[in-house]
Amino acid sequence: MKLRLKIWRQKNAKTKGAFASYDLDGVSSDMSFLEMLDLLNSRLVSEGKEPVAFDHDCREGICGSCGMYINGYPHGPVPGLTTCHLSMRYFRDGETITIEPWRARPFPVIKDLIVDRSAMDKIQVAGGFISVTAGAAPEANNNLVRKHSSDLAFDSAICIGCGACVAACKNASAMLFVSARVSQYALLPQGRPEAKERVRAMVEEMDRQGFGNCSNTGACEAQCPKQIKLFNIARLNREYYRSY
Amino acid sequence: MITLNAKIPEGPLEEKWTRYKASSKLVNPANKKKLDIIVIGTGLSGAGAASSLGELGYNVKVFCYQDSPRRAHSVAAQGGINAAKNYKNDGDNVYRLFYDMIKGGDFRAREANVYRIAEVSNQVIDHYTALGVPFAREYGGTLDTRSFGGVQVSRTFYAKGQTGQQCLLGAYSSLNRQIKAGTVKMFPRRDMLELVVIDGKARGIITRNLITGEIERHSAHAVVLATGGYGTVYYLSTLAVNSNASAAWKAYKKGAAFANPSFVQIHPTSIPQLNEFQSKLTLMSESLRNDGRIWVPKKKGDTRPANDIPEEERDYYLERRYPAFGNLVPRDVASRAAKERCDAGYGVGKTGLAVNLDFRDAIKKQGKKSIENKYGNLFDMYKAITGMNPYDEPMQIYPAGHYTMGGLWVDYELMTTIPGLFAIGESNFSDHGANRLGASSLMQAAGDGYFILPVTISSFLSGEIRIPRIPTDGPEFDEAEKSVRERLEKLLSIRGKQSAASFHKRLGKIMWDFCGMTRNEEGLKKAKEMVRALRSEFWSDLTVTGEGNDLNQQLEKAGRVADFLELAELMITDALNRKESCGAHFREESQTPDGEARRIDSEYSYVAAWEYNGENEPILNKEPLKFEFVELKERSYK
Repeated sequence: MKLRLKIWRQKNAKTKGAFASYDLDGVSSDMSFLEMLDLLNSRLVSEGKEPVAFDHDCREGICGSCGMYINGYPHGPVPGLTTCHLSMRYFRDGETITIEPWRARPFPVIKDLIVDRSAMDKIQVAGGFISVTAGAAPEANNNLVRKHSSDLAFDSAICIGCGACVAACKNASAMLFVSARVSQYALLPQGRPEAKERVRAMVEEMDRQGFGNCSNTGACEAQCPKQIKLFNIARLNREYYRSY
Repeated sequence: MITLNAKIPEGPLEEKWTRYKASSKLVNPANKKKLDIIVIGTGLSGAGAASSLGELGYNVKVFCYQDSPRRAHSVAAQGGINAAKNYKNDGDNVYRLFYDMIKGGDFRAREANVYRIAEVSNQVIDHYTALGVPFAREYGGTLDTRSFGGVQVSRTFYAKGQTGQQCLLGAYSSLNRQIKAGTVKMFPRRDMLELVVIDGKARGIITRNLITGEIERHSAHAVVLATGGYGTVYYLSTLAVNSNASAAWKAYKKGAAFANPSFVQIHPTSIPQLNEFQSKLTLMSESLRNDGRIWVPKKKGDTRPANDIPEEERDYYLERRYPAFGNLVPRDVASRAAKERCDAGYGVGKTGLAVNLDFRDAIKKQGKKSIENKYGNLFDMYKAITGMNPYDEPMQIYPAGHYTMGGLWVDYELMTTIPGLFAIGESNFSDHGANRLGASSLMQAAGDGYFILPVTISSFLSGEIRIPRIPTDGPEFDEAEKSVRERLEKLLSIRGKQSAASFHKRLGKIMWDFCGMTRNEEGLKKAKEMVRALRSEFWSDLTVTGEGNDLNQQLEKAGRVADFLELAELMITDALNRKESCGAHFREESQTPDGEARRIDSEYSYVAAWEYNGENEPILNKEPLKFEFVELKERSYK
């Protein structure tokens, strides 16, 4: 198929960016979205032009590196998929596709489609852990965990930290991201001893990093490639109130 | 010539690690604060080591090329992590895990190291569970296990098909705790471009800041490589597309021996290549072979849809050839058997390079719900990529380059032949012999990182306590930085016509065709010439757009491909040298009449540790493998 791509180009954090248009033919419906960008880049390189910079790594939907707005949607229009898993089958011949980096104040653009997501790591550093030193753990089966709780914890723990929830939110809120981690630990007996300190530290850091508040629009859940559920945010709020 | 001293402790197998720990030298807490350690890589081994070393009180600096340590490729491991807990009461124990690994590795691993990793496996599970890793559980609240390829017990702990992600996020959380505590400093988006050796000891690294292009110097009393494997040498592989061998390769060129580079595991169950622009192959977990049955049509070139082919016209070739293990034979055996059927013209799919992995019978027997519980996310992933629904029709799968058993040579203390340089996890060679069993990589990476390296490194560091912080302005740092700058400038100044990616693709094809699932002398010799020619073409016709002092993904890629072009030749040299078949290394000249691998213990029961020798052929150093505790046997799964 033949596509028209409108892509955000920005040299670095200090310069102003703008959209550039590219016509790309020879796209196959078997390709992934990133392979389509690879094709564009190989054409650009052969013309001596600078290729489009974008983050990507595992290309199997689990590392969380990739992410961009595709026609206004984080990771594109198909629910439950990361950009690397988005197939070109979902696009039509002759379509115009608009591609932009995440737009959120806590995620400054580094170059083209690459943004700085280190604010998310900082929240995890603030409290996203259980304080256990290597060697100190009890025998694994000494703590029995209800299967239902463990399964729920898993459903929260599968967050890949891509930032789509923040990008989808009109407030640039990181509540879904933070709540996924808080929920995982809140649901497990191993996480209870420092639950209060954890939730306070993570929420405090989230605010410090400039993420907005949650106003319950649910855009984060709709765009999450791992379909992390909104009720995690309710649990986060409950954990937060209980911590005082 | 270097001398290879494996430093294996004396005594019976089951006492070696205990004896080592009882007699190894320690560093007292006050001195630990004065010692700096660099760790490269933040996967299970790197993040585990960094957090453990931080907990012990050392000053740790950690580097990764990704924007966050949480993205290291351990994240993509699917099926599980082994431990000898014997929770299923099926007769498992440390010795059996050790024996399965030795046998699975086709008797090309070091006994003492393998026994030790089996010993610490239980501690790893305890630790991850305490860190909040949500492993699968039974209704009574205890941990569940499942069985995995190549063994007959159920010892694999798992978190659906995302065990690697969950373990990595556990490791990431312990790393974060130490970052907060101030013992660990994290440097993301950095490529290690050179190792700095001072007076024969590893004392630092040169990195490139991938955002600003800045060349940076970092010093330490010891350097730990946790940089993973080199499977991306095949271009198409199950690895992350940016995974690379550069750090290990720089270490090799500075004097660290590289062991068994040709030992590469080709994973049997990956989604086949769909188009020529494909950038990677997605793995479908080996755990699927617990319930899926592998087959091809009995009739050559049968193009009917799989569901239209009646039972009696299906060839369940693994069950036919290996009745004892059936679909659960080890990966190398399953991969070669798939290749054999496809080469003989029985393959399925668009290209004929695929076999069926069928869940029809399992769904009939256990119900769709049960299969969904076990493999739901894998089935969804398969459907998203291929557009085919594995609940209704068989998956199509084909082997893909996956894991490298070869790596930097290390002794019992996980130290390379450069004093002060350690290699852990997939970046070393020591525990998997010529073939790795499923769910053993997470176990080894975590075991090395959390429980082995933090003990063994003190034996080296205890001799360094009088050395003050290493300055970064000495001549060795100057020299290393100069060579890094010169190389980057060279890559930028060729201004040819072909991109680094296009060279990588061509290299991958050569390696896959001639140094992949099966190898022969003629093909390997030809491949060596082809790789050399490709390398000289690279250095005369490469194009890299943009500048060095900027975020430049073309430049990053070019440096990595340049290193792969050298490593590929060493892999071929090693494959040529080893004229036997063993594990994943299948030399066509060395097979039994029924097509199984024929090992030649009298000649090749050694680790091939290659030493860099400038422009000349590398020097082969041999570490003889002594089997004192197990009997060398033919590896049969029939």
